[in-house]
Amino acid sequence: MHNTCQTKSRFCDRVRLLGLDFAGHPDFVHLYLEPPSWDYTPGQFVMLRPEIWVQDPIWPRPFSICEKTPEYMRIFVQVVGRGTSLLSSAVPDSEINMWGPLGRGFRLSLDKRYLILAGGMGIAPFVGLCKEHPYPGKLSLIFGHRMDRSCYPFDELPGEMQRQSMRQTNQEDMEHFGRVLQEQIARFAFKGEILACGPMPFLQVVHKHVLETGAPAQLSVETRMACGVGACLGCVVETRSQGLVQSCVQGPVFDAGELVL
Amino acid sequence: MNTSVDLGGLRLKNPIMSASGTFGYGLEFAPYGDLQKLGAIVVKGLSLQPRSGNPPPRITETPCGMLNAIGLQNVGVEKFLREKLPFLPADKTPVIANLYAQGAGEFAELAAILGDEPKVSALEINISCPNVRCGGVQFGQDPEAAAFVTRQVRRACPDKPLIIKLSPNVTDIRVIARSVQEAGADIISLINTLGGMAVDIHSRKPRLANTVGGLSGPAVKPVALKMVYEVCGVVDIPVIGLGGICSARDALEFIMVGAHAVQIGTANFMRPDLIFDLVDELPVLLAELGVESLEKFRGSLETA
Repeated sequence: MHNTCQTKSRFCDRVRLLGLDFAGHPDFVHLYLEPPSWDYTPGQFVMLRPEIWVQDPIWPRPFSICEKTPEYMRIFVQVVGRGTSLLSSAVPDSEINMWGPLGRGFRLSLDKRYLILAGGMGIAPFVGLCKEHPYPGKLSLIFGHRMDRSCYPFDELPGEMQRQSMRQTNQEDMEHFGRVLQEQIARFAFKGEILACGPMPFLQVVHKHVLETGAPAQLSVETRMACGVGACLGCVVETRSQGLVQSCVQGPVFDAGELVL
Repeated sequence: MNTSVDLGGLRLKNPIMSASGTFGYGLEFAPYGDLQKLGAIVVKGLSLQPRSGNPPPRITETPCGMLNAIGLQNVGVEKFLREKLPFLPADKTPVIANLYAQGAGEFAELAAILGDEPKVSALEINISCPNVRCGGVQFGQDPEAAAFVTRQVRRACPDKPLIIKLSPNVTDIRVIARSVQEAGADIISLINTLGGMAVDIHSRKPRLANTVGGLSGPAVKPVALKMVYEVCGVVDIPVIGLGGICSARDALEFIMVGAHAVQIGTANFMRPDLIFDLVDELPVLLAELGVESLEKFRGSLETA
C-alpha cells in the first residue's frame, strides 16, 4: 500500500497552547493544546514547534500523544534540553505548529490482557490508553521511575488496573528493577501481550527478557528526529528483516522480535 | 503575478523547488500540501543499488541549523521507478531525479536509466555529498573530475536538462562552476552542505556516528548567498540557489543576486507545509516590493 497524492491522512495545524501544568516539579510539565480534528492510536506521536522559534531551534520536537479529550490534547514533557526547556516556558495562548498523528501506534484488541511496562517518560503514551480503555481491569502496569512518583501521571490511572510503581535512584535499584521485569515478563508471558515504552537501557532489558521467553510484545522506541514525516532519515533503528528503518513512519511501535536493540 | 521561470529547457511554474534529501520522494509531504503547486520536486539522491546509509546517530541540531551524515540511504533507482515515481504528479510539476554514484561510469549508467524515463524532467548530479566514502564530493572538489563526470552523464543522457549540484567545500567555487558549464551542464545548483562537526564534552564522543557531517539550515545562508552571487557572475547558464532558505524573503535574496530558482531544504523539517506556503507568499512579497516581474528582479542587486 503506497501513500498516494490523494491521501490526506495527516495534518499540520497551528494550535493554541491552552495552558501548562507543572507536576509539582519545574522539569515536568503537561502541555494542554487546542484539540486537533483527528483521532489517534495510543503510541502515535506529534511534532511540536512553537511559531515563536522562528529559525532556532531549527527542529520541531517529537512527543507521544499522552491524552486527547474533546477539550484538549495533552502532551507530557520532561525538560531535558533546549527545546523542551523552551516548551516548558511557552506562554499560554501562544501558537504552536503541530503535525500528526504520526507513525504506527500500538495494535490493540479490547478483549486481550496487556502487561504494560513503562520507564519514566515512557508512561506518556499509556495515559490515554488506560483512561479510555473500557475494561481497565485487563491492564496491568509496572512503572519504573527515577524522580518522585508525583512527577508522573501515575496516580490518575484507573484504579481497576493492577498498578505497581518502583523508584530507582541508584545502580542497585536498577538491578532490582531489572529482576522484577524479568520475573513479571516470565510470569505473564503468553497470557496476553506486553506493551513497553521507555528509555533505551530500559527497553533493552525488556527486549532481552521478552525474546528469552518468546512473549508477544510491542515496544515503542525513542529516537532523534528532524521531521517526523519520513524525509530526514535521521531516526532510523535497526530491524531484523529490513535493516535500518525510519522509526517515524515504520515505528515508533515495533514488534519486539523485529527490533535489534 | 507570473512567477514562471525557464531554466534552460526546464520550465517551472514558480521558482520554488524542494532540495534533495529533505523532501523524501515527495510523497511524504503529500498529506501536508498539494505537490502540484511546487515549481519542481527534487527527490532524495538515488543510486543504482539501494543503500542503507550510515549508522545512527546521523543528525544533530546546531545553532540555526543542523548537521547530517545520512550517507545517502535510498531505495535504489529500480524501486524508485516502480514504487515512487508513478505516484508523483509528474504531468503537473517537474520531477527531478538526484543522482549519486561512486564513479563516472556508474553515474552514466544511472543517467541512462533515468534519462529514458518520461516522468523524470531533469537530472541533478550530486558531486557534492560530504558523507560518503567514495564518489560524492571527491568529484566536486576538482574541476577536472567535475567536468569528467558532467561529460559522462551528458553523453549518457543527451535529452534531459542536466543540473550539476556543487559543493561549497572548495577553494574557489567559480572554477568548478565554469568547468561544469564548459563540460555541458545546463544548470548549476548550489550549495550542498558545508562540512561540519559537533562533539560532546561529557561523553567525549562525536555527536554523529560518522564523526563529521554536513551543515545546513539558516546558519549557512550567508555563505550560500555569497557563493551563488559569485557563480552567477561567471557562468551563462541558469543557477539554482539553496542554503538555509526559510521564507519568501530569503528566496528573493537569492534571486536578487542572480539565481533563477531556489530550493528549500532544511526548512522542510521546520514545518511540513512550509514549502507550500512559500509558493503563495512569493508573489505577495513581490507585489509588496512593487516588482513587475521575477525576470526583472533577478540579478538586480545594486553594488557600489
